[in-house]
Amino acid sequence: MKIWSNIFWLGTKELRSVLGDVTMIILIVFLFSAQIYSRSTAISESVNNASIAIVDEDHSTLSRNIANAFYPPYFKLAEQISASEVDQVMDQDRFMFVVSIPPRFEADVRDGRLPSIQIDVDATAVTQASLGNSYIQSIITKEVNFFVNRSNASTDYPVILVQRRAFNPNGTMSWFSSMGALLDNVTLLAIILTGAALLREREHGTIEHLLVMPLTSFQIIMSKVCANGFIVLVAFSLSLFFMVETLLDVPIAGSRWLLLGGTTIYLFAAASIGIFLGTIARTMAQFALLLMIVIIPMMLLSGGITPIESQPAIIQPFTWIFPSRHFMAFSQAVVFRGADFSIVWPELLNIVGLGMVFFVGSLALFRRSIAVSK
Amino acid sequence: MDQQQNPIVCINNVSHRYKKVMAIEDITLSIPSGQMVGLLGPDGVGKSTLLALISGVRKLQSGNLEVLGGDMASARHRSNVGPRIAYMPQGLGKNLYSELSVAENLDFFGKLFGQGASERKTRIDRLTHATGLNAFLSRPAGKLSGGMKQKLGLCCSLIHDPDLLILDEPTTGVDPLSRRQFWQLINTIRSERPNMSVIVSTAYMDEAEGFDWLVAMDAGHVLDSGTPKELKLKTQSENIEQTFTRLLPKEKRGSGHALVIPAFDKTDASPAITAKGLTRRFGDFTAVSNVSFEIQAGEIFGFLGSNGCGKTTTMKMLTGLLPASEGEAFLFGKPVDASNIDMRNRVGFMSQAFSLYGELTVKQNLTLHARLFHLSASKTTERIDVLVDRFGLRKQMDDLASSLPLGIRQRLSLAVAVIHEPEMLILDEPTSGVDPVARDEFWELLVELSRRDKVTIFISTHFMNEALRCDRISLMHAGEVLVYDEPQHLVEAKGSTSLEEAFISYLEDAIGQTPQKQAPLEIATTAEPTTLSQSQQQHTKRFGFNLSRLLAYSYLEMMAVMRDKIRLAFAFLGSVILLIVIAYGISLDIEDLTFAVLDYDQTPQSREYISHFQGSHYFIERPALQSKDALERRLQSNDITLAIEIPAGFGRDIKKGQTAYVSAWIDGANTTRAGTIEGYVTGAYVWYLTQLATEVGVDASAMYNVDQQSRYRYNPSFESMYSIGPKTPALLLLFFPAILMAVSVSREKEVGTITNFFVTPTNKFEFLIGKQLPYIAIGMINFLILTFLVVFLLQVPLKGSLLGLTVGAFCYVCASTGIGLVVSSVTKTQVTAVFATTIVSLLPTALFSGLVQPTSTLEGGGYIIGMAWPATYYMHLSVAAFTKGLNFFDLTGDIMMLSIYGPILVVLAAACLKKQEA
Repeated sequence: MKIWSNIFWLGTKELRSVLGDVTMIILIVFLFSAQIYSRSTAISESVNNASIAIVDEDHSTLSRNIANAFYPPYFKLAEQISASEVDQVMDQDRFMFVVSIPPRFEADVRDGRLPSIQIDVDATAVTQASLGNSYIQSIITKEVNFFVNRSNASTDYPVILVQRRAFNPNGTMSWFSSMGALLDNVTLLAIILTGAALLREREHGTIEHLLVMPLTSFQIIMSKVCANGFIVLVAFSLSLFFMVETLLDVPIAGSRWLLLGGTTIYLFAAASIGIFLGTIARTMAQFALLLMIVIIPMMLLSGGITPIESQPAIIQPFTWIFPSRHFMAFSQAVVFRGADFSIVWPELLNIVGLGMVFFVGSLALFRRSIAVSK
Repeated sequence: MDQQQNPIVCINNVSHRYKKVMAIEDITLSIPSGQMVGLLGPDGVGKSTLLALISGVRKLQSGNLEVLGGDMASARHRSNVGPRIAYMPQGLGKNLYSELSVAENLDFFGKLFGQGASERKTRIDRLTHATGLNAFLSRPAGKLSGGMKQKLGLCCSLIHDPDLLILDEPTTGVDPLSRRQFWQLINTIRSERPNMSVIVSTAYMDEAEGFDWLVAMDAGHVLDSGTPKELKLKTQSENIEQTFTRLLPKEKRGSGHALVIPAFDKTDASPAITAKGLTRRFGDFTAVSNVSFEIQAGEIFGFLGSNGCGKTTTMKMLTGLLPASEGEAFLFGKPVDASNIDMRNRVGFMSQAFSLYGELTVKQNLTLHARLFHLSASKTTERIDVLVDRFGLRKQMDDLASSLPLGIRQRLSLAVAVIHEPEMLILDEPTSGVDPVARDEFWELLVELSRRDKVTIFISTHFMNEALRCDRISLMHAGEVLVYDEPQHLVEAKGSTSLEEAFISYLEDAIGQTPQKQAPLEIATTAEPTTLSQSQQQHTKRFGFNLSRLLAYSYLEMMAVMRDKIRLAFAFLGSVILLIVIAYGISLDIEDLTFAVLDYDQTPQSREYISHFQGSHYFIERPALQSKDALERRLQSNDITLAIEIPAGFGRDIKKGQTAYVSAWIDGANTTRAGTIEGYVTGAYVWYLTQLATEVGVDASAMYNVDQQSRYRYNPSFESMYSIGPKTPALLLLFFPAILMAVSVSREKEVGTITNFFVTPTNKFEFLIGKQLPYIAIGMINFLILTFLVVFLLQVPLKGSLLGLTVGAFCYVCASTGIGLVVSSVTKTQVTAVFATTIVSLLPTALFSGLVQPTSTLEGGGYIIGMAWPATYYMHLSVAAFTKGLNFFDLTGDIMMLSIYGPILVVLAAACLKKQEA
């Protein structure tokens, strides 16, 4: 009982410290509003406004129809270039795709001689190249078939494939990117706030003051984890409700309480990492560098950019030690797939376990780090 | 006196405020030239502010200030007279670079004043010989004792023969011997250069006796000014301390009666603190060596010594904050144990620096500590009530602790330390910087606690008159206790007239030197005639941009980085680790997708359809589904990302030639991935159709009318490594240089060495670019390492121009360090600088610069930010040089774009950076 009352009173002090720092508040508000908005709305489609050029050596109705079939939002309006320019424009990155229509194309199609169309793809933008290429192919097929059949009637296929997307039927990009942004910010803020809170107390000497009082390292660390975690939880909840649900219109399929509960658990783990870094680093410069080394992999490899299963086999086991990976899996399951506790508990268990490791690690290093600091 | 007619400083109605606090108010004063002028008064009365204004470090807010015959509000005059003024800020070694050696520090200051190598050498030689520092030329400034730091600071100030020397509390926290030597040094210099004016502030009243002219200050006002003689005569007092007290307004003079300390009753004394052979080492440095003593319960035990002699370290060992390297300590007969919570309830501790929470009010601080000591609610109110009255805090109850004057803050600290009625108090220099009257009041409280409540008090101080009030004292020097006994006994043992003299005599015994004469100063005698004309020339030369000053800063920064091995290792190793993690981790090749089949048909035809997925390396099959519920459930639990549903009658329909249907359910949570899967599923479907047609003897290609051939340029095998590999260095070459740069500048602000930039003729660009160069060099080394790794580890061949890539990287690193400069010139602390740099750089670089999604395909704010962010162009350039194999000429577009950022950012940083403090 005494323990928790100490943690509570120390925690209120932590809250006052952060709330008294105007710059910090501005940065937090920015991070959870404007930043999330710009990141969620930046990518509307994987292939969006892609630049495309046509080398039309046929100058026929069909070739003109094909050229006119590319339009926003997927593609920019196609530009005409000459065959000799292809290499140059691709090198200069003026166009991502170049479609070359050979001479006598229309006539060959009409005669059923199966003419070739060449599509040059800048494959350095991998995702856009493959998706864009398949869009282009289907657009051309459609135009040619229309030309041949003189109607929109589709060819009679023996089997028809119906594709449906579960959990996000229209494939709205902002759903996924807004959650990704929110989770990344939670990670970033929780680690920076707690780590900096510890370093600041150390720089001001107040930590020694605490250590000579009847308080244990556990209480001091726990109060920082709780207080800073609480701040991030509030920011998360407000941002989830006002930004993600209301402004960006993302439906949450699962239970909000489960999501908040899981976030609370994750915050314990993330804040513990922050404290852990704070105990290792001697100076702010070292903390900053450590932060970079830890936070970039945590954000990039959590599964928000490359799905875990597509990461190389050597990397996958390493990502397992990032609580952010489990949190990403957990929140995607709850928010999009409407998963309940019976499905996500293993992820939560992992987060708790990893959080404990970092928490206990900080406890072990705490006193030693204070002794070395002077 | 003729000096009066020609004052060196003219102050007219000058006021200065920090937010709500008025530091100095409407001061009008003329300071005579060629004299040793003392600024007297306790801490926080505005002495430092006044000196900072005179030196030009702080920006004049209101009033009129003339120094050396010109207006200090004019930037032109400031840069003109800058080289003639030397300013040594308050705090031991505050303007020194602690990682740099004595010689390097001096050399740096010499360079800032445009001195040539040979001139610097002679000057450093003379100064270090005169001060006795020549034996420690290669020792880092951070490892000097307090007294030596101050001597070095003085040397650094004197290196350019200033006409006006401003010293802000140069002897605070320095042992009496070093203090004496310091003043001897100043006197010698003055006798050699009689034209030089010196303005000194001090809180030691005894020092003031030796000054030519005094200014007594209190609460932002000048009480009086004149020669010591005049002032003493005016107030009819015997010494300056009395003079000062009598100049104060009546209500501030304190009780007036001398503090009487009842004798210590030794009858029932038992040892409260016992130290046996305590030793503490930090690395190869021994801070405390074999310290032993015994303190009786109820005794006031004083711990005397200079800053850095090991007082604080000893106290920390007693409280359990620091484990002892050797020896042991006992509190109330029990060994000190960091985990003993009960013991901490019996001890109160007050550390040297103010260590309460400034962001809390007085009441909140008291309540917080009462709670943490678990006083009951009623006891808390009662205790706070008693303490507030006893310590006179009633009026300030709701003020923030950070806004309190120092004296009251110390009272609050003591109140907090005794809130739980401890049996022992450990106080580390509690009265440092507190004015004499407040100090007396503080001691009244201590005496009361000791004699009435029988509290054992262990107190450290560097004030001799406080030491006299202790029952016993110990003298400490360089980690060792020289002697401990009752103060009177010590004086008698040495046959001295005062404790200070006794202490000096003990110190001299310890150091093993007899009071020898200072080596005669030769600075002026030989140099004076030449330096005068020289310095005249330099005044003109010092204007404008100076490359050697810029390089002085570069050299300084480089030495600082080279000596911080951990930071250096992180900077290089960190980017190597991250390169591997990111380049391997961010794969755009979507593979190994799990899928399962819900086959209601179970015919050869349905199995034929499914086989088109089973063979693909994109898909991994999971156990078949049995029902629609299971399908939903397993999609939900992320067990599968794709489900193929084949309805009953599929085989029959195909045989009959009727249209059959197949459904594919794709997990749409990750939108990009879902898009890619759709493509794969369509591909498998088309393949199936083609085969089906061939089986029935139809040429499948006829169905399409056209043959489409895609050529994947630059990356025919379509591996994301060829894209991500060259792009990853763009992330790392931005983050690391930017963060290192930001911390470097904001650290100078926090530590205080930025003062050197304020007071020397350094201009903004010399400072910024000078600091930037080493980090550009680090960035370029990083670039070479990363390029090497990309080619040989990630196996991405560099097909295009290495020269183009290198030139681009150089421009890019200039830009990224520029970002660090801009951030650190607007932020005040290292924490905010780190936080802001991370937020500013992480998002646009990782998401809007084309790492995964090309910037040209972005929308709205993301597109605008991406197009304006340098990483976009560097990623583009790097991919073009590596994968596209372009030559130098084709890369010039990106290089041109990148080259714009560096200069713009440096100019922006210069615009944000202030040449004076507010």
